Amino acid sequence: MNPSKTVVIDYQTGNLNSACKSLRAVGADLLVTQQPEDLKSAARIVLPGVGHFASTERLTTSGIGDALRECVAEGVPFLGICVGLQWLFAGSTEAPDTPGLGVFPEVCERFPAGIKSPHVGWNSLEPLGESRLLAGLPASPYVYFTHSYRAPLINATTAVTNYGGAFSAVIERDNWMAVQFHPEKSGNIGLKILENFMKVSSC
Amino acid sequence: MLTRRIIACLDVSAGRVVKGVQFVDLIDAGDPAALAMRHAAGGADEIVFLDITATHEKRALLLDAVRRAADQIFIPLTVGGGIRSLEDAMQVFDAGADKVSVNSAALSRPELITEIGARFGEQAVVVAIDGRRNSGSTEAAQVYSSGGRKNTGLGVIEWARQAEVRGAGEILLTSMDSDGTRSGFDCELTAAVSAAVQIPVIASGGAGNVGHFSDVFTRGGADAALAASIFHFGIADARTLKEELAAFGLPMRLPC
Repeated sequence: MNPSKTVVIDYQTGNLNSACKSLRAVGADLLVTQQPEDLKSAARIVLPGVGHFASTERLTTSGIGDALRECVAEGVPFLGICVGLQWLFAGSTEAPDTPGLGVFPEVCERFPAGIKSPHVGWNSLEPLGESRLLAGLPASPYVYFTHSYRAPLINATTAVTNYGGAFSAVIERDNWMAVQFHPEKSGNIGLKILENFMKVSSC
Repeated sequence: MLTRRIIACLDVSAGRVVKGVQFVDLIDAGDPAALAMRHAAGGADEIVFLDITATHEKRALLLDAVRRAADQIFIPLTVGGGIRSLEDAMQVFDAGADKVSVNSAALSRPELITEIGARFGEQAVVVAIDGRRNSGSTEAAQVYSSGGRKNTGLGVIEWARQAEVRGAGEILLTSMDSDGTRSGFDCELTAAVSAAVQIPVIASGGAGNVGHFSDVFTRGGADAALAASIFHFGIADARTLKEELAAFGLPMRLPC
């Protein structure tokens, strides 16, 4: 048991480098793993994600999904990034045959036709009420996005971004936290968000 | 609001920056990692390393620079030049790049775009297009490969569309007619490509003053613009450039 570890889930897609580097930069002691057992000893869990929704299938088949649900229910703070946010939903039209974790019952969809996609670049966050992740940040901070699918607004949305309409950019409910943008690529603002996550106490 | 991006591009040869910005207080102004950090702190939205020699023997030097830069900058880093295979791309991603830019290799084997996208996500694949139209129409603009030495006979707009279908995440369009002239981007060509595809277009070649950037964002419909040599000509850093563009009413990220 090592409850000081921040466990980063590696599901063998894209590269984890950037996420790991930025977490280390804010003082996280990392354990990068593909094994569900490793989640049991986690103080915090991070699921970075880039790429196709279909690649999240591995999370379900490996048992990581079930293990994660248990840990977060027991009070371990979780942060999902990009596809790691979308995976918390019931699914995505990007891969209709791949179910998400289903923490939230809605489905992620592609940006509407007629707007450039992927949504690439720096866009602003518009906070809705209280946010633990955005504590201490300036109003409407800019963060770096790159994605073609997005999550709808739900009760747990704590910040929206506008691009082809408003979508969920930050979600926080109890120990489930997720961001659509890449805090690891969002300069000092991103590092501050990761630092905030590292300070969140479980609830 | 989604901002227009200013991307700082560094030409790297054998692991050293050539014709880089001369920051007087920088101990090693030829070090790509040190310059990348300076540009990131100076307000650039992204950094591009373009390996202009890209020989097999010198690859390790570039990868070392990528590794050191990626350790210290927390904004997107793209690496281009000499990416000929999925293996080349993997090395660069392993070293810490967020995107790769492919050019000649994608022209001779367009599947490369799809292969890299399938492994690292489409957002990670930038297709660089070197186009020249002399004084012809934008439809007549043709794609050049091998560092601009070889006319492929392929239309710029046609290739941009094909690259999108193959799964490119962005297009980096360099106008060979404008490159090095400091007389402005090719706004017409940029606008034609931008209208032909649904993915973001980065404009490159010809920047000489702030007005040129403003033009390519408005008339040219560019989503981002590459700034390389402009920092030589009286504009200190990306922040200064962005402040002036923001004053024109363009959405810019002004770093805090």
